[in-house]
Amino acid sequence: MSNDNKDQNDLETSPSASGLSAYKDRILALGNDSLEKTIAVALALCLVCAVLVSFSAVGLKPLQIYNKALDMKKNILDVAGLLEADMDIDQAFETQIEAKIVDLKTGEYDDSINVVSFDQRKAAKDPQQNKVIPRKLDIASIKVKSKKAKVYLVKKGGQISSIILPVHGYGLWSTMYGFLALDADGQTVQSINFYDQAETPGLGGEVVNPTWRALWKGKKVYSADSVPVLRLVKGIVDVSRAGAEHQVDGLAGATLTSNGVSNLIRYWMGDEGFAPYLNKVRTTKGKEEGV
Amino acid sequence: MKAETKKVLVDPLVDNNPITLQVLGICSALAVTSQMKTSIIMAIALTAVVACSSAAISMVRNHIPSSIRIIVQMTIIASLVIVVDQILKAFVYDISKQLSVFVGLIITNCIVMGRAEAYAMKNPPWDSFVDGIGNGLGYSLILLIVAFFRELLGAGKLFGIEILKLTKDGGWYEPNGLMLLPPSAFFIIGLIIWAFRSWKPAQVEAPDYKISAIAHGEGGHH
Repeated sequence: MSNDNKDQNDLETSPSASGLSAYKDRILALGNDSLEKTIAVALALCLVCAVLVSFSAVGLKPLQIYNKALDMKKNILDVAGLLEADMDIDQAFETQIEAKIVDLKTGEYDDSINVVSFDQRKAAKDPQQNKVIPRKLDIASIKVKSKKAKVYLVKKGGQISSIILPVHGYGLWSTMYGFLALDADGQTVQSINFYDQAETPGLGGEVVNPTWRALWKGKKVYSADSVPVLRLVKGIVDVSRAGAEHQVDGLAGATLTSNGVSNLIRYWMGDEGFAPYLNKVRTTKGKEEGV
Repeated sequence: MKAETKKVLVDPLVDNNPITLQVLGICSALAVTSQMKTSIIMAIALTAVVACSSAAISMVRNHIPSSIRIIVQMTIIASLVIVVDQILKAFVYDISKQLSVFVGLIITNCIVMGRAEAYAMKNPPWDSFVDGIGNGLGYSLILLIVAFFRELLGAGKLFGIEILKLTKDGGWYEPNGLMLLPPSAFFIIGLIIWAFRSWKPAQVEAPDYKISAIAHGEGGHH
């Protein structure tokens, strides 16, 4: 090792270096296993690493937040059937999609909350804004829900053409977050899109498969007596049988993920979820007033 | 390029591959190889971390107190991994979503620690950097081979582009679901190790012990 005792003595008696740099020279010259050097090296290392990590985290934060928001907008446009390749996502979202906050219990819009900053996932964890779901009602296995939900509307000529509802529920490994797009009748499915899930790739992970998602189009959520009956069935739906409009092909090799999807639809389309809101929309025929 | 530098760079590809010969870094090789795209990003991330951490550790190697040696190495590696994770989140958000925890788990990847301990602590920064690149490439090579077979046989695709038309879309290929599950990587890595060792018999380890035939008449203690 280069830093033996002779070096150390030389440096300590050298008057040329001053202040901090003299201290640095003295420390570097110390034996590696001295207590002072151990502490000094640990402190210096922590300082350098902390600066490096904080610079990258803070410096890249705006880009990350933007990416996250952009990803969300892309998913909403996708489920609304408005996503095209090479489109300006920000602009398309601004002009075609309207976000609204809904009180889940009453089904009324709540304009007192800032739509842009409201985060339903965060609200679901906040004791001020959430509601613990009683066990026997918790068919989607999510334990808590936000009292308010953020829905998105697509309008054509002043009339609602799609209602996009956030849904989530537990699958096999993960909580699956997605959007369900319905016609203004609050009954006919336009599309479904899971944007955050960690099911088995190739099996349960096929909830993101476009071919499978296309099967949802035109399915009906509610039965004649307003019970949410839409669900996944094992194998392929027999279209000639009654009730086929309430059934979607299950995912092959992913029974538990399929059950999870059925459960989350049943939960979020039920009275605990968006049923009160959809009733309001239906009675006002998608017009703004009175809702 | 110096002969020594070249050796440090090329050796880990086949002759001293971190996965097939040293059998390190297996966990992430199982976890992220179901698609080519995620594997490539993971390979680049790991190579960058190994190379930079080896260089950084090598720079301070003469001043690392032996009592906190491992912690110093871990701190450097962990900081670099966080930086890489932040960069992925900022520039390739979709892929960082798929890689999820596995980028963070580079911290515990044995290859990174292994190179720091075995090479960077004893060699100058530039050589350590090249050694890191070499080992990162050795890891990348195996990752990409595994991902190639898993994505092709499991989903009929490469880089998300359809290669084999699947029966459910009206084609002829029935995908092998096992290939999409982590254990299939074990089989593929096993086959690669077998292939490498048949090609380079020098890699075959001497057996720890040999079962010797019991001489006739001495095996009677039932």
